[in-house]
Amino acid sequence: MIIQAIFFYLFAAVCIASAIMVIAARNPVHSVLFLILAFVNAAGLFVLMGAEFLAMILIVVYVGAVAVLFLFVVMMLDVDFAELRQGMTNYLPIGFVVGGILLAELIFVVVARVIQPSVPKTITAPIPPADAVSNTQALGLVLYTRYVYFFEAAGMILLVAMIGAIVLTLHRRAEVKRQSISAQVARHRASAIDIVKVKSGQGLS
Amino acid sequence: MIIGLEHYLAVGAVLFTLGIFGIFLNRKNIIIILMSIELILLAVNVNLVAFSTFLGDIVGQVYALIVLTVAAAEAAIGLAILVAYFRNRGSIAVEDVNLMKG
Repeated sequence: MIIQAIFFYLFAAVCIASAIMVIAARNPVHSVLFLILAFVNAAGLFVLMGAEFLAMILIVVYVGAVAVLFLFVVMMLDVDFAELRQGMTNYLPIGFVVGGILLAELIFVVVARVIQPSVPKTITAPIPPADAVSNTQALGLVLYTRYVYFFEAAGMILLVAMIGAIVLTLHRRAEVKRQSISAQVARHRASAIDIVKVKSGQGLS
Repeated sequence: MIIGLEHYLAVGAVLFTLGIFGIFLNRKNIIIILMSIELILLAVNVNLVAFSTFLGDIVGQVYALIVLTVAAAEAAIGLAILVAYFRNRGSIAVEDVNLMKG
């Protein structure tokens, strides 16, 4: 139990510290790298809570896809980031006010929260004991049966996002010559070949 | 020393606040704003998984999976819009986004 506490505080501290660095770092590339660190440590917290599948998905999806996408865009855009940071101190007071109020309210909710006695009786799908069914298997047993429409909706969201991203970023440049297959197929002999009788010694004018 | 539900909820609350704070702090840099939104969604996921574990109901993890999907889709679309915008305007400053103001 003491090991669990040590690892909880380790993961939580590193996660929060790197979240601070995400919003405070000077260089956006450093921000992305700290975002990766925050996600890896959140995955550690998920493992501590016994949600191993979500932890692995978090690493695969966020560190493997989303963070690399961020890194790619940050490095691709040729932007003067120092200019974007000007005026940051103007927003510092209101940021502190709003953030402080929000954090205080959230902490009050966490401290003063009471779980109603009727809630544990209305559990939809109880987590089976970990030694009988693994977390991945338990999640699959629920996800593919009772929540299969959720699963399909998630697939549709990803499909629409993929199509949308392609449509938004695909652009055809006018100066690049491309192969036009329909024009090639539509050619026939009359339009393509011109038979010329040339008298010998005169050549073509 | 027992790590209970409150500890995880506190981590989620702090992460959420940092996300909101990041949006205020980096008003000009839309890439950091997108990363702050990712932090907010991560905080939501921490809360969902914490309640799922401590109430013994696996449905919370199903919801966390859906939130993860939406977050990934949002990041992809947001960055695609950003690239398209940068290609048209040559800048990503948030203040310049006023074409539709009229």
